Amino acid sequence: MSFVPLTPAEAAAMLARVGVSSVDDLFEVIPAAVRFPALDLPPGQSELTVSREVRGLAAQDRPTGELACFLGAGAYHHYIPSAVGALANRAEFATSYTPYQPEISQGTLQATFEFQSLVCDLFELDVANASVYDGATALAEAVLMAERLTRRERVVLAGSVHPEYRSVVETYVAERGTELVLGEVAATDGALREADVAALLDERTACCVVQQPSFFGGIADFSALRQACDRVGALLVMVCNPIALGLLKSPGAWGADIAVAEGQPLGVPMSFGGPWVGLMATRERYVRQMPGRIVGAARDAQGRRGYVLTLQAREQHIRREKATSNVCTNEALLALHATIYLSLLGPTGLRQVAENCYQYAHYAAAQIARLPGYAVLTPEPYFHEFVVRCPLPPEELNRRLLADGILGGLPLGRFFPELADCALLCCTEMNTRAEIDKLVAALAAA
Amino acid sequence: MTPEDRRYSSEHEWARVDGGEVVVGITDFAQNQLGDVVYVELPRVGDQVKQMKVMGVIESVKAASDLYSPVTGEVVAVNDAAVAEPQAINDSPYDRGWLIRVRPDSLDELNGLMSAQEYDLHVSDRGAEE
Amino acid sequence: MGEPLLSELSVEGRLGHRFPAPDVPAAPLPDAGLLRDRLPLPQLSELEVVRHFTRLSQLNYAVDTGFYPLGSCTMKYNPKIDDEMARLPGFAGLHPYQPAETTQGALRLLAELEAALAEITGFAAITLQPSAGAHGELTGMLIIRAHHLGAGDTGRRRVLVPDSAHGTNPATAAMCGYETVTVPADARGNVDLDALRRELREDVAALMLTAPSTLGLFDEHMPEIAAAVHEVGALLYGDGANLNALLGVARPADLGFDVMHMNLHKTFATPHGGGGPGAGPVAVRADLARYLPVPVVARAADGRYFLDSNRPDSIGRVRAFGGHFGVLVRAYTYIRLLGADGLRQVSETAVLNANYLRVLLQDAYDVAYNRPCMHEVVLSGRRQKARGARTLDLAKRLIDYGYHPPTIYFPLVVDEALMIEPPETESKPTLDAFAAAMLAIAAEAAEQPELLREAPHHTPVGRLDETTAARHPVLRWPVPDELGAAPAAVGRAQPLGV
Repeated sequence: MSFVPLTPAEAAAMLARVGVSSVDDLFEVIPAAVRFPALDLPPGQSELTVSREVRGLAAQDRPTGELACFLGAGAYHHYIPSAVGALANRAEFATSYTPYQPEISQGTLQATFEFQSLVCDLFELDVANASVYDGATALAEAVLMAERLTRRERVVLAGSVHPEYRSVVETYVAERGTELVLGEVAATDGALREADVAALLDERTACCVVQQPSFFGGIADFSALRQACDRVGALLVMVCNPIALGLLKSPGAWGADIAVAEGQPLGVPMSFGGPWVGLMATRERYVRQMPGRIVGAARDAQGRRGYVLTLQAREQHIRREKATSNVCTNEALLALHATIYLSLLGPTGLRQVAENCYQYAHYAAAQIARLPGYAVLTPEPYFHEFVVRCPLPPEELNRRLLADGILGGLPLGRFFPELADCALLCCTEMNTRAEIDKLVAALAAA
Repeated sequence: MTPEDRRYSSEHEWARVDGGEVVVGITDFAQNQLGDVVYVELPRVGDQVKQMKVMGVIESVKAASDLYSPVTGEVVAVNDAAVAEPQAINDSPYDRGWLIRVRPDSLDELNGLMSAQEYDLHVSDRGAEE
Repeated sequence: MGEPLLSELSVEGRLGHRFPAPDVPAAPLPDAGLLRDRLPLPQLSELEVVRHFTRLSQLNYAVDTGFYPLGSCTMKYNPKIDDEMARLPGFAGLHPYQPAETTQGALRLLAELEAALAEITGFAAITLQPSAGAHGELTGMLIIRAHHLGAGDTGRRRVLVPDSAHGTNPATAAMCGYETVTVPADARGNVDLDALRRELREDVAALMLTAPSTLGLFDEHMPEIAAAVHEVGALLYGDGANLNALLGVARPADLGFDVMHMNLHKTFATPHGGGGPGAGPVAVRADLARYLPVPVVARAADGRYFLDSNRPDSIGRVRAFGGHFGVLVRAYTYIRLLGADGLRQVSETAVLNANYLRVLLQDAYDVAYNRPCMHEVVLSGRRQKARGARTLDLAKRLIDYGYHPPTIYFPLVVDEALMIEPPETESKPTLDAFAAAMLAIAAEAAEQPELLREAPHHTPVGRLDETTAARHPVLRWPVPDELGAAPAAVGRAQPLGV
C-alpha cells in the first residue's frame, strides 16, 4: 500500500506529456553508481497485516491505564476528558498546515490565539507564544532569551530544577561560553533542603531559574529571590506545572520575567515521552526577544476580525542567522489539546484537579511516613509529589510493586547519587484511596 | 529625487551634517524594499556607534534588516516619534523619518560615503543584477 | 461569519467538566501567600466548547479537504491507520520513566524504526530524539561541532549554505556559534562550484545542503561537491526536507553526506497538525554515532531493549524524556505499509507529478530553471508582476479556485517565487484541475489583475492588515473593537466552502 492513486494509463499519459519514455529517465541526474539501491526492508503490507503486527507490539507494554500509577517526575497521568480527543483529532485541525495563509486557516489561528490568552491568564503574564517543543526546550530558549536581553553570560539554576531540563539547557548553551551555576540540594536532618540561590547571584548573572513545584514537589516563597534578582539586574525565570497553577500563586504574581511549563498535563497523552507541548510567556516589554510563532489579532478591509501570524520578522524564515531561534514547527495540535482541556475545566475544574492531586498526595505521604523504615523527605509545603527514603533499593521495591499491578515512584539514584535510596512519588486525581491503601500495604510488606 | 544635501552608504543609510552633528536615516529605496515598517530598534542616547557596524534593526512584516551606522561617534538624539509611529519612516524617510543624531568623531569620515549621484548608480546597478 | 472567542462566550458559573471530590481526609492547604486568589479562565459548558471548536475546525483548509501544493512541505495523505496505532493504549499510555520491562513493545518499535530509516538513508546510526526538522538540524550541527572539537580542531568557525537554503539552516548554524557564509548558485541552479571551492578553507566546519535543493533540482555536481567538502576536512550536512524525491532512488549517505536530518511530518506522512508536532530524526555515519544525543535505544545480550544514557561522548540531551513517540509510531506504521517497493513508488510518482505540472505551466509562467525537476518545481511570477499582479495576488486568487496556495517568495533567490510540490498521493485529475486554475489565473493576471489584487473573495475573512497587527500587536484577549467587533453567536458556522 502506498496510497498512490496513479494508474498505469494515467502514468503513460503523463510521461508522454512530459516527453520521457519512463520515470527512470527523470532520475538521470542521479549518479549511476548509487542510483536505485535495493532497500533491505520488508515488502509493503496491507493495513490488516500491519495493524495486527503493530498491535502485537503495543500488547507487550503495560501502560499506566492498567496499573496504579505513582510515577510523575515531569510526566503526569491525568484524566483526559473525551471531548479533548474528539475535537482535537478532527481532520480539519490534524491534517492542516501551518497557518501561513490566514484567510483559510482561521480555525488554527483563532485556537492558537486562545491558547496564548489562556497561558497568559494561567501565568498572569502579558504575552505567550504559540508553543515550543516541550518544557525543557522552553527553558533552554528562555535562558538564551535572558542572555540576549541582559547581554550577560552567567545563569544560576536552583538545584531543584528537573535534572533533564538542566541537561537540555547545558546542551543549548554548550558552545556559547555561558557559565552555568547550580544551587545545592541536600538531605539533612531527615528533610531535603536547598541552599538559597539568591546568594549565588551577581552582576554578571543573566537570569535565575527556579521551578515551582520543584522537582521534589516542594512549594517555595520567591519574594526575597525576586528582590535579590532586582538588586543585580538579573531576570527571574520560573518553570511551572500548569495543573498546580489551578491552586498556586502564578509566576506573574511572583514577579517572574519569563515563565515556562510542560503542557502535557493539560489533556495530552504521555505517549512514552512525546509529542508534548512547551508553554512560554513573558512581560510585554520582552516580546520581541521571545522565540517561536505568535498569533495576533487583525482586521480585514471590511472591518472583520481575524487572526494572523505576526512578529514574524524575529523568526528564522526572515531573520535567518539573526533569528531569535531556529524553531520553525511549534506543537500546534498539542497546544489545541491544552486549549480544549482548559476550556472544558475552567477555573473550577482546574482547581478541582489541583486539589485532588494535593489531597491524594498528602494522604499517601501521611500513611507512608508512619511505616517503619520509610521517611518522607520533602518538607511541607509540597504539591503532589514527595521524596520517600526506602528501606530497600527503590528499584527492587518497584519490581515487587509491579507484580501487584503498581507503578512505583521514580528511583532518584539516576539523577542524585546521594539519594539512591529514595524514590519520588506522585499522586494525581487518577489515584483512588483504595489504590493508595494498597500501595501502603505493599510498601509495608516489602 | 535623492536629496543632494547628504551622503549615502552602500547599506542604504544617509548621513546629513547639521551644525556639527550628523543626522542618520534610511533611503527611500530602502523603505520601499522593506515595505511597511512595523518596528525599529535604535541605539540609546549616549551609545557609541561605528561606521559600517550594526547599530540596530528595522523590521517590516516580511523582512528584517540590520541598520549600519554611516558614521562613528556618540548618539546624542533618537527619533522617538518614528519609533512610536514607524509609518513616518515609509512616508518621509529623508525628513520626519530620521533615526538618530550622532556627534561624530570626525566629519572627514563622510568623505568615504557616496554622493547622491553615486548612490543612485549603486541602486540602479543592483536593479540590473536582479 | 466568524466565531467569538472563548472569553466572549464565557459566563460566570458555567461548568464544563467536573471531578469527584477526593475521598480522603482533607489536609490543610498551604499558606494563602502561596496560593493564587484569582484564576480568570473562561467558563463554558461542554456543548459550548464542542460547538466552538467544531465551528473553528470548519474554518480550516486541510489535506483531508484539498490539495496543498506547498513546496518542500510534502503535504501527502496522512493514513488513518497511523493515527489509530499511535492511540493504542499500549503506546499512548506509557510514562517515559516506566521500567524497560514494561515497555519492550515500544522500545522494539523504536529500534525497528531506526533500522528502517538507516536502511532508507544509508547511514549507520540514527537518533529519534529531535522534535522537529529544525531541532534535528540543531542536533546534527552540534554533532558536527563535537566531531571537530573531538579531533582537536578548534579553528573551524564557518558554515557554508547555498543562497537557496531554508532559513532554519543559517539560524541553526548561528545557534551553534558558527558564522554563516552564503554560496551562490550557477546559471543552471546548481551550487556554483568555483564559488564553493573558493570558500572551502580549513576554517569551514560544514556545508549544509538540501538535496534535491529548494529549487527542486538535484545538483549536477553532487560528487564534486562532496569531494571538495571532504578534502578540506569539513563535513557535508544534509537537510532532508526534500527526501520525498529520493526514497529508493538514492541514499544520501551514498551521495556523500555525513549527517542528515529527516522530517517525518513531510516524507513519512505524519500529520502536520496545524503547525506541529513533527519529528526530525538525525542519521549519521558510523564514526559520528558516539556523539548522538542520549538516550539511545540499545539491546542487551539477552535481547531485551533498554534506553542507554551511558555515552560519554554524547552531545547530551536535546529534549527531556523521549522523542515524539506518538509521531514515530505513525512513521513506523507508514514504512511497514509501504515497504521498499512502496517507498520507491512514492518518489517516482512525486517526481513524475512535479514534472507533469512543470510542462503544463511552463508556457504561462517562467520556470526558474527549466530542466527536469525532482519532486517540486519553482516558478517565477515575474511576467505576471509586469502586468500588475504580484505572486502574492496569484496566491490569493488560487484560494478563490479552491486551492491552498503554493509556497511563495521562497527560495529567496527566485524573483516572485512560487514553489509547487504535488505529492504522490495527488491524482492526475487533481493536477489537471490545478493546472487549469493556474492557467486561468495567468490569463486573469494579464486582463483583469484587479481580480487577483482583491482576492480572496469568498473566505470568512479577506486579507488582513498585517502591518497594523505587527505595529500594535494584540496577542491575547480581549481584542479591542478597532480590530473588528466580536462576531455574533449564530445558529451554525459558515463552512469554508472551498
